[in-house]
Amino acid sequence: MMDYIILIISALLINNILLAQFLGNCPFLGTSKRMDTAIGMGFAVIFVLTIACIVTFFVQHKILDPLGIGYLQTVSFILVIAALVQFVEMFLRKFAKPLYTALGIFLPLITTNCAVMGSALLIIRKEYTFIEGVVFAVASASGFTLALILMAGIRERLEISGVPRALRGTAIGLITAGLMALAFFGFQGMDGALTALVKS
Amino acid sequence: MGLMHEFTKGLWKDLAPFRVVLGLCPVLAVTKEAETGLGMGIGVIFVLTCSNIIVSSIRKLIPRQVRIASFIVIIASFVTMVELFSQAYFYPIYQKLGIFIPLIVVNCIILGRAEAFASRNGVVASALDGLGIGLGFTMSLVVLASIREILGAGTIFGIDIMWESFRPFTFMAEAPGAFISLGLLLGIMNAVSKTSQS
Repeated sequence: MMDYIILIISALLINNILLAQFLGNCPFLGTSKRMDTAIGMGFAVIFVLTIACIVTFFVQHKILDPLGIGYLQTVSFILVIAALVQFVEMFLRKFAKPLYTALGIFLPLITTNCAVMGSALLIIRKEYTFIEGVVFAVASASGFTLALILMAGIRERLEISGVPRALRGTAIGLITAGLMALAFFGFQGMDGALTALVKS
Repeated sequence: MGLMHEFTKGLWKDLAPFRVVLGLCPVLAVTKEAETGLGMGIGVIFVLTCSNIIVSSIRKLIPRQVRIASFIVIIASFVTMVELFSQAYFYPIYQKLGIFIPLIVVNCIILGRAEAFASRNGVVASALDGLGIGLGFTMSLVVLASIREILGAGTIFGIDIMWESFRPFTFMAEAPGAFISLGLLLGIMNAVSKTSQS
């Protein structure tokens, strides 16, 4: 049980997928200008990333590994993710209209969100078990959403502050992200403390 | 002039990732050292040029509805080639780049050029476009990585260049330094292009 808690805290705060591992920066800077789009994008990512990680886990362990065609990993993962996003979009439109109206416009953007493909690859490379993989996926996606919503809160305030003209837009967004990364960097010390806690 | 322009526009006018802000994840992640930045850049040049050539040569055969899916398969095939090749011949860099080699697939610059340029233009123009944009991207990566490596470790391409009492600031080598140095560089580029226009 303790292992899972450490995995969650590690994926959520210490190795935050966005601010420590640099995955998913394009949608991060693109959709963090307003709070409502940030929330929509965040929840769409949690939803798709978790399903995508479950599906790619089975693709890797039930299809690619037994057949010995591991070199097709990149091609098959991206195709699975692209098809999945399409499928989720159609499914939601048909059976969950309110959810579709809330997340719909963000779904096509998620195919090229490297956080999705990145977590799927990380789960395979770190040789997680299925349960660990699912926990990791949910925690990483929540970490993405957390950072995105925090960022949107800051950027809404930046709109009304006097930023030098050359830095407006993405440049000040990156610098803000850097300061947030610095704050999240403080969690690194927790890594050792947590391990010590489990051992005691 | 026409064809030459397709090549040179990637070096300044459409310089990625500064003038066209796309594909930021690898830019932030692999620029801790100049060497990995260069390795990533070469991988992107190869994938971008080859996928542009293939996409433009079969652009009339691909039905419009499935074009994005076809582009992704073409790009993914070349990325797999880069992955296998670097694993065989450049193993240390392959290990340092880690998951960012397969993630070239989701680099928006490559899909963006396939959709915006290669699917509408001839083979030669598309090849030059891919080469130019890729070269510009590599230059940006190497410049950013050199700044971070010099300040963060006091070396460039692994060679010591700073004076003896220089204390490297680890801040630059870690995540916050990546964001802030890219942000500042972007700001400088904006300021420079404003003055050169007026």
